[in-house]
Amino acid sequence: MKKIFYILLIGVLTLNWGCDDDAFLNRPPTNILTDAQIWNSEEQVLSVLGDLYNRYVDIATFKTINDIPGWTTIGDFNEAFWSEAGRYNAFQNSGWDVRSWAAWDYGYIREMNLFIQKCTAAEKLDPGVKARFLAEARFLRASYYFELVKRMGGVPLILEPLTYDFSGDPSYLQHPRAKESEIYDFVISEAEAIKADLPANVGEKSRATKAAALAMEARAALYAASIAKYGVNTPSVALPGGEVGIPASMAQGYYTKALAAAKAIIDGSVGAYGLYTKKPDLSENFASIFYDKANNPEVIFVEDYKLQSGKVHYFTGWNQPRYGAEEEEGGRINPSLNFVEAFEKLDNTFAPIPTVNAAGTPLYYDNQVDIFAGRDARLAGTVMLPGTTFKGRAVDIWAGFQLGNGTIVSGDDRGAQKTLPGKTVPEQVVGFDGPIDGFEFTAQTGFYLRKYLDPVVGSGQRGVNSEVWLVRYRFAEVLLNAAEAAFHLGQLPVAAEYMNMVRARAGLVTPLKAADINFDRIVHERRVELAFEGHYLYDMKRWRIAHQIMDGNAISQAELSKDLGKATKRNTQPYGLWSYKIYNPGSPTNGKWIYKVTRLSRVTGADRFQLGNYYSYISDDVVNNNPKIVRNPNH
Amino acid sequence: MKVTVQLLTIFLLGFVMLSCSKDNFTDPKSTLTGQIVYNGEPIGVEFNQVRLQLWQPGFGKLAPIDAPVDQDGSYSALLFNGNYKLVVPSGRGPFRTIQQDASKKDTLYVALSGNQTLDVEVQPYYMIRNASFNGGEGKVAATLKLEKIITGVNAKDVEHVSLFINKTNFVSRATNIGVADLNAADLKDLNAISLTVSVPALVPAQDYVFARVGVKIKDVEDMVFSPVQKIDL
Repeated sequence: MKKIFYILLIGVLTLNWGCDDDAFLNRPPTNILTDAQIWNSEEQVLSVLGDLYNRYVDIATFKTINDIPGWTTIGDFNEAFWSEAGRYNAFQNSGWDVRSWAAWDYGYIREMNLFIQKCTAAEKLDPGVKARFLAEARFLRASYYFELVKRMGGVPLILEPLTYDFSGDPSYLQHPRAKESEIYDFVISEAEAIKADLPANVGEKSRATKAAALAMEARAALYAASIAKYGVNTPSVALPGGEVGIPASMAQGYYTKALAAAKAIIDGSVGAYGLYTKKPDLSENFASIFYDKANNPEVIFVEDYKLQSGKVHYFTGWNQPRYGAEEEEGGRINPSLNFVEAFEKLDNTFAPIPTVNAAGTPLYYDNQVDIFAGRDARLAGTVMLPGTTFKGRAVDIWAGFQLGNGTIVSGDDRGAQKTLPGKTVPEQVVGFDGPIDGFEFTAQTGFYLRKYLDPVVGSGQRGVNSEVWLVRYRFAEVLLNAAEAAFHLGQLPVAAEYMNMVRARAGLVTPLKAADINFDRIVHERRVELAFEGHYLYDMKRWRIAHQIMDGNAISQAELSKDLGKATKRNTQPYGLWSYKIYNPGSPTNGKWIYKVTRLSRVTGADRFQLGNYYSYISDDVVNNNPKIVRNPNH
Repeated sequence: MKVTVQLLTIFLLGFVMLSCSKDNFTDPKSTLTGQIVYNGEPIGVEFNQVRLQLWQPGFGKLAPIDAPVDQDGSYSALLFNGNYKLVVPSGRGPFRTIQQDASKKDTLYVALSGNQTLDVEVQPYYMIRNASFNGGEGKVAATLKLEKIITGVNAKDVEHVSLFINKTNFVSRATNIGVADLNAADLKDLNAISLTVSVPALVPAQDYVFARVGVKIKDVEDMVFSPVQKIDL
């Protein structure tokens, strides 16, 4: 019996052998697409391109990259305090490592180069579609080189996919760094070259359009121009070969290009873009720019998100007001008082938030929000102020009761209860949103962030998330770019006109005169309009004022409110502003509100921006693999 | 019984593994120490800001060994014996390095065998002379002279002179409890500079502070400092 079994087994195995022919083994793989399959089909090419779009690099992002959650990249540089227990050390150290913000992803560049090479060779694509694909890939490549030059200075400009021939000598693959100006020139010339192939379509936000290319060109030219102009402030941030630093003589040319590119968008030749002015409440209107995705004329190019598509983000969950939040967290970005005080009054003057009168006695307010009355509408559109609402619920930010004798009654838990003198029943003595010093997720500075927060129900829920887009280019920035370029070209009336357009939308209807425009005004306008959108670091860097703004000295309470409109005003530590309710029965001030400027106990360090932070450290690995790479200055 | 055997095996295995974990390299034993000096006088800098780099060629990929410079200008590195190149990263330190010749530039070649002391001679922009401090009544006062060392085309101006105090021995821009700045515009005479800073309330109370003066030079990252001194209040 056993023998028969074995014979049968051998027989079966032998027959199996017979099946093993070429046709059986030579099957097309089911998990890989071949070049032929991709480059002959528009849909497939689009999905490859979609991958390249997804890998676009932003300095401020909603994504969590290398365990660094996106919200920290949006709320950095003392414009906000971070209300999360594990992250107070960002305010206890003295600055940033020279490796911060480094980028060197030539793998991404190689894939874009491969895309351009293969798409150019593809024969079966419709010529119009193919031209658009190529223009988009070149747009992405130029965007990434722009990102690299902002962080690292001049980098090797590689426009072909490089392949190693395994000869043992890789020196033909080693390219030296291009000059910083050459990379900016490349970005500008690419934008010029591709704009004809891109559609002029205001409704297209997440793919490159003519306006996106021009907006990139204007921004790049402006950055190059300001490095050329203000490089003189930091003579040691330069390399003899020009890999870092741009000669001052080139400033004029770049400013001219920036203004021309911005004007092409402003005059409507690439689509009917304009400022978003759909809502009557100016603060709500400003906040809506970032979440209203229906016919938004302001936004030019975004990273888009979509619910139930897998591409969603948790920015609202990270930062939603903690009280009544959809998850047991939120409130991480707490805008600082330094930032709040930067917003002008409606008569175009700067003034501290009025907590005390000239004699030093506290001012009493009937409503919490009254202290912020008469300010730039962008303040309430960017920052969630105490006494305002989000998702129909009032934020509960107040630090405690102040009694008639000046004693503070407060608690150390959200919404803690205590019995006030003369009463028998305990009552709430601190807001459910704090502020409580050192208590995470409460509004420790007295403020929450509003910009980019999604008012849709479920946006702060982990299982749902938000589909608010990340704005990369928008019309107001183009206007400010044009204004800055015009200012430096001596065209002050033009600069004033563009600035006033942006300001009028924020309720600052008294126009600035041409003579009012100066460098401080330009710097200030960008700080308040483009806050938390990833501009602050690059702006400080290109104007070469970062080391003056963050000079490593602590801010005293006395100097906090001085020189508010000055470009180089120190911003090394975030301050808070806490509100207290008066409990003094019988007194006319009973039930009114007072405010106090507060120094948070977790803020012990003062940031110093080193000269070596202007351009990030190029890693030793890169230099070892390519000895032609020159190291950045001050490292 | 079976369990005992298994446990014994694991125990023995653990013991064997433990023995195996002994490093097969000897650890570096030679110490290179020294100070940053000008004519033999040490130059004070900020803690953990200025560093020297040691490069050892000949072992494939290069990466520097950093030797941070302490507040009193001293540095040390624990190394294997061998040939090293010692450099100051460009643009760091409140001084200029000395060019030795065309081929070496400012690199110091160090042949290390056993412990060695090597002072690095540099040219500071300024030297702080005769810094003296006295404290009392909640204030610390300092007087000093400033000597301009580098003159000519490479000379740089003073941006400000600062008096720092701290509760501990580490006194710098990043760690202090009080600063008094004297800007260049108010700097009349480099030979007679005086600064006063008031001491804030110290928690927990202590009846002394540490103080030092620093000079910020225009367009130079790092400041040059006087030695730290303990001041009784």
